[in-house]
Amino acid sequence: MTVAHAPSYESAMSSYEPVIGLETHVELGTRTKMFCGCPTEFGAEPNTQICPVCLGLPGALPVANAAAIEATIRIGLALNCEIASWSRFARKNYFYPDMPKNFQTSQYDEPLCVNGYLDVVLDGETVRVEIERVHLEEDTGKSLHVGGSTGRIHGATHSLVDYNRAGIPLVEIVTKPVAGAGANAPQVAKAYVTELRDVIRALGVSDVRMEQGSMRCDVNTSLNRPGAQWGTRTETKNVNSLRSVERAVHSEIIRQAGLLDAGERIIQETRHFHEDTGQTTSGRSKEEATDYRYFPEPDLVPLAPDAAWVESLKATIPEPPSVRIRRLQEAWGLTDHEMSSIVNAGAVELITATVESGATVEAARKWWLGELARRANAQDVELEQLSITPAHVAELQALVDAGRINDKLARQALEGVLAGEGSPEQVVAARGLEVVSDSGALGAAVDAAIADNPDIAAKIRDGKLAAAGALVGAVMKSTKGQADAKTVRELILSKLS
Amino acid sequence: MQPITMTAAQIADAVAQGQISAREVAQAHFDQIASVDTELNAFLTLDTEGALAAADAIDSARADGEKLPALAGVPLALKDIIVTKDVETTAASKILKGWVPPYDATIVRKMRAAGIVVLGKTNLDEFAMGSSTENSAFGATRNPWDRTRTPGGSSGGSSAAVAGYEAPLAIGTDTGGSIRQPAAVTGIVGHKPTYGAVSRYGLIAFSSSLDQAGPFGRTVLDAALLHEAIAGHDPADSTSLTAPAPDVVAAAREGADADLTGLTVGVVTELGGAGYEAGVSAAVAATIAQLSNAGAKVVEISCPSFDYALGAYYLIAPSEASSNLAKFDAVRFGLRVGDNGVASLEEVMSQTRDAGFGAEVKRRIILGTYALSSGYYDAYYGQAQKVRTLISRDFSKAFEQCDVLVSPTSPTVAFPLGERVDDPMAMYAADLCTLPASLAGTPAISVPCGLSEGLPVGLQVMAPAFADDRCYRVAAAVETLTTAALGKPLLAHSTF
Repeated sequence: MTVAHAPSYESAMSSYEPVIGLETHVELGTRTKMFCGCPTEFGAEPNTQICPVCLGLPGALPVANAAAIEATIRIGLALNCEIASWSRFARKNYFYPDMPKNFQTSQYDEPLCVNGYLDVVLDGETVRVEIERVHLEEDTGKSLHVGGSTGRIHGATHSLVDYNRAGIPLVEIVTKPVAGAGANAPQVAKAYVTELRDVIRALGVSDVRMEQGSMRCDVNTSLNRPGAQWGTRTETKNVNSLRSVERAVHSEIIRQAGLLDAGERIIQETRHFHEDTGQTTSGRSKEEATDYRYFPEPDLVPLAPDAAWVESLKATIPEPPSVRIRRLQEAWGLTDHEMSSIVNAGAVELITATVESGATVEAARKWWLGELARRANAQDVELEQLSITPAHVAELQALVDAGRINDKLARQALEGVLAGEGSPEQVVAARGLEVVSDSGALGAAVDAAIADNPDIAAKIRDGKLAAAGALVGAVMKSTKGQADAKTVRELILSKLS
Repeated sequence: MQPITMTAAQIADAVAQGQISAREVAQAHFDQIASVDTELNAFLTLDTEGALAAADAIDSARADGEKLPALAGVPLALKDIIVTKDVETTAASKILKGWVPPYDATIVRKMRAAGIVVLGKTNLDEFAMGSSTENSAFGATRNPWDRTRTPGGSSGGSSAAVAGYEAPLAIGTDTGGSIRQPAAVTGIVGHKPTYGAVSRYGLIAFSSSLDQAGPFGRTVLDAALLHEAIAGHDPADSTSLTAPAPDVVAAAREGADADLTGLTVGVVTELGGAGYEAGVSAAVAATIAQLSNAGAKVVEISCPSFDYALGAYYLIAPSEASSNLAKFDAVRFGLRVGDNGVASLEEVMSQTRDAGFGAEVKRRIILGTYALSSGYYDAYYGQAQKVRTLISRDFSKAFEQCDVLVSPTSPTVAFPLGERVDDPMAMYAADLCTLPASLAGTPAISVPCGLSEGLPVGLQVMAPAFADDRCYRVAAAVETLTTAALGKPLLAHSTF
C-alpha cells in the first residue's frame, strides 16, 4: 500500500467535509448481570462471578434483567427518544472465545428506543446530534493473551479467558450521521461523548468511566468533497478517553484526506486508535461484511413496555446537562466565553462540586482552569483523573483565604495532594508549609534583615518606602517563603517609621 | 406382581403402603436392564449408585413415618439431552462425551422432589435430530417389538426403555414429534405439552422455539402423573407459562370410562390418505369409529396450511439449531481436537466440530446457517415464520368447530433399521403428522390405537394451547376402547 502524504488539518478541511457517527457502549451499573443473577463487581478475581447461564453451558437459559430494561428506557428518555411499545432481543451470531454462546444476545431491528437527539453546546453554540437508536445487549468476557511480548494474540503461547464480564448489561447508543460540523467535527465528537457521559451519569445508571471500560466509543469518520456524496467510512475502535475521541477524528480526517489527495480510495474497515501515537491503524476489513445472521432470540419473550410506566419514568429524568449549564452560567454570572472554557475543559462537574464545598466560583475557576489544567495537560490526562477532589480544592482555597498559606505555598500544598500525601490541611501540616505568622519569629527575621542591610534601612527611614521591597525579599528568603509578604512589609515599615 | 410390569401408579401405591420397597423396585428394573439392554441399547448411562441411594432414602423416609411424595419410588428413564448434576450428559454426541454438568435441569429437580428414581440416561438421535435414534453417536436403539426395527426418534431410547419394561416412565423431548412418533411405534403413550408448560431450563437446546420435554408411560394415567410432576412455571425459563396447569390426572381418570358424549372430534383431512400405510389408516379409521360409538361427534376438518409444515419446520429448526450449537466450540467443555500448541483457535474449533458432530447435525447446521444468512433470511426463516402463523390460524379455526383434532401419529409403523439413513427426506416424512402441533406450540398426545401386521399404531390427539387435559381425556378413552377391542392392552401383544 502506498503511503500517502499527510496534509495539514487545515488543508484537509479546505478540500473535504467530514461526516462522523458515534457508537457508544455503556456498561450499566445494575447489581446483577443481564440474563442471570451473577454479581457485576468490577475487578473481582477472574471467573468468580459466573454461572451456567453466563458461561453458556448446555441447557442454560437467559432471563432478562428488569432493572437493565428500565435503565435503558431512562437513557432513551433522557436522549429524547421514542420508546418502543414492542421490542425484542435478537441473536448476533459469530465465533469468539470470550463469547460463551458464540452469539451475543443483543437487539437488531426492534430496539427499545429510537429517533432521539442530544443537544451539545460548543463555544456557546448548540449543535443537535440525532440519535438513531438505543438498545440493550450483553457484554462479552475478556481474553488475556499470555506469553507474547505485546499482550496481543500474535506471538502469545496461550490465552486465558475471564468470563466475569460476560453478560454484564451493555447499552449501545448509536447516532445518526453528523454532517455539517466542518472543521469542528473532532470537537463535536468530543462534546457529544462528554454530554452523553454527563447525561448518563446524572441518571445514575452507570459510572461511565472510559478508563475502566464502562463507557467505550467507536467513531465513524468519512470525508467527501463539498456537495458530493458522502464518502466511505471507517470505524475507529479502542477510543478510551474523551480526548482520544477528538484526536481519533482529527487523525482519521488527516489520514483519509492524504489518501484522497493521492487519488486512492478509502477502504471500509475497522481501525484501531493508539493513545501513544494518536494514530489509527488498520484492523478488520468490513468490505466483505460479517454476516451476523441475526434472528429474534427465541429464549426470551418480547418486551412490551407499558405506556403508563414509561410515562412515570419520565418524571425520573434529571435536567439535561446543557440546560443545566445555561442555568449555572446565569447563577455564576459568567460570560459565554468563560462558561465555554469551563465546558471545554470538562470542568463543569468539578467546579460545581468545588463551589458546593464552599469555594467561590472565581476561586474554583482559577484552580481548575489554571494550575490544575496545566498539570492535567502536562500529564496528558483529563482533569477528573487528577488525584484531587473538589473538596480538596475548596479546602486549599480556604487556607489561602484564612491567610494560613500564600499562593506559592498553596501550589506546594497542591503538589502534595496530587502526590497522594493527603488533604491540603494534612499536607500543610506534614510539610510545614504554614506562613510564619508568629510575630515574635517574624519580628526577629525582620530585625535581622534590618541589621544586615543598614543602607536600605536608612533609605526607608528617609521616606523612600519603595526600598522596603528589598527588605521584604530578604525576609521571605530567610523564612523560606513561609511569610505573608504584606505582613512583612507592614512590620518593616512600622519598625523603621 | 413383577415390579417391572407394574404401572407407575401401582408402584407408587405399593411403595407408599409398604408392600414393596423402593429399592426392590429399582433393583428389579436394573436387573431387567442388565438382561435386555445389550440388545436394545436404550440406555447410554446408568446411575445405579444414585438411583439406589434415592430409593433407600425413600424407604427410610417411609420407615420414619414421613408422608411420601406422589411418585415416590417410581423409576424413570431420562433422555440424555436433559442435564443432570454429576451424571454425564452427552446429547448422544461425541462432542459432549465425558461432560459432567454442574447443575440439574429444573424438571430433574421437580422429579426428585416427586420421589421419582432416575435410573439413567437414554439414547437419542444426536442433539435430538432424527426420527429413528440411528443418528446417535453411540449406536442405534432397537424396538422391543421387533429388534430389526427402530423405536422411533429422537427419543427412541426412552420409548424403547418403557416398551421394554426397563422403566415404567420416561422423559422425552419433542421438537417436531420426537416424543409422539417414538411412542406410536413402540405401542406406548407419549405427550408433547403446550409450549411453555414444562420448563426448558436444563434441556440442551435443539430448536428453542419448538423444544418441549414431556412424559412417556405405558398407560395414559402414568403419563398424566409424570406430566403433573414436571409441569408448572419456572422463573429460570422466560418462555415458561404462568397460567395454572390443567388437571391432567383428573382428565385421564375421567376419560377412562370412555363416555365422550358432547365431545366433537375433528379428523384432519390433510393428515391421511395417499402416502399413509394401509394398516395405519385402517387402525386409525377403526378407532375413530369407536370414538363415534362412545358418543363423540366426528367431523372432517381441513387444515390446508399443514401441507407446508414440513418445509417450515426444516427451516426454523435448523436455523435455531445452527445458533444453539455454536457453543460447542472446544473452549469451555466437551471434546477438544487438534490443540497441539501450534494450531490456531479457529483450527481447533473447526477440527473439534468436524470430529465431534455427526452427519445429520452438520447437515442441519449448514442448512440453518444458510437460511439465516443475510439476503436469504426473509425468503427462508421469515417466510417459515409466516407459515407458522398460518398453521396456528388453521388450528384456531378448527377448534371453533371441534374440541380435539385427531390423525395418525406417524404415516407408518416402525420402519426397519437402516431403511432411511441415506434418505433424509424419507426420514423427515416420519414427522409429517406431528409437525403442525410443534409449530403451533399446541399440545398433542400419541396413544396406542391398534396393530398393523403385528406392529403398534398410534393415534394423535391434538388440543388447543393450554388444554392438555383434553388430550389426556380422549387418549384415556382410546386406551379403554382399544383394550376392549384387542381383548387386552395393546402392549401385551408384544412378544417381548
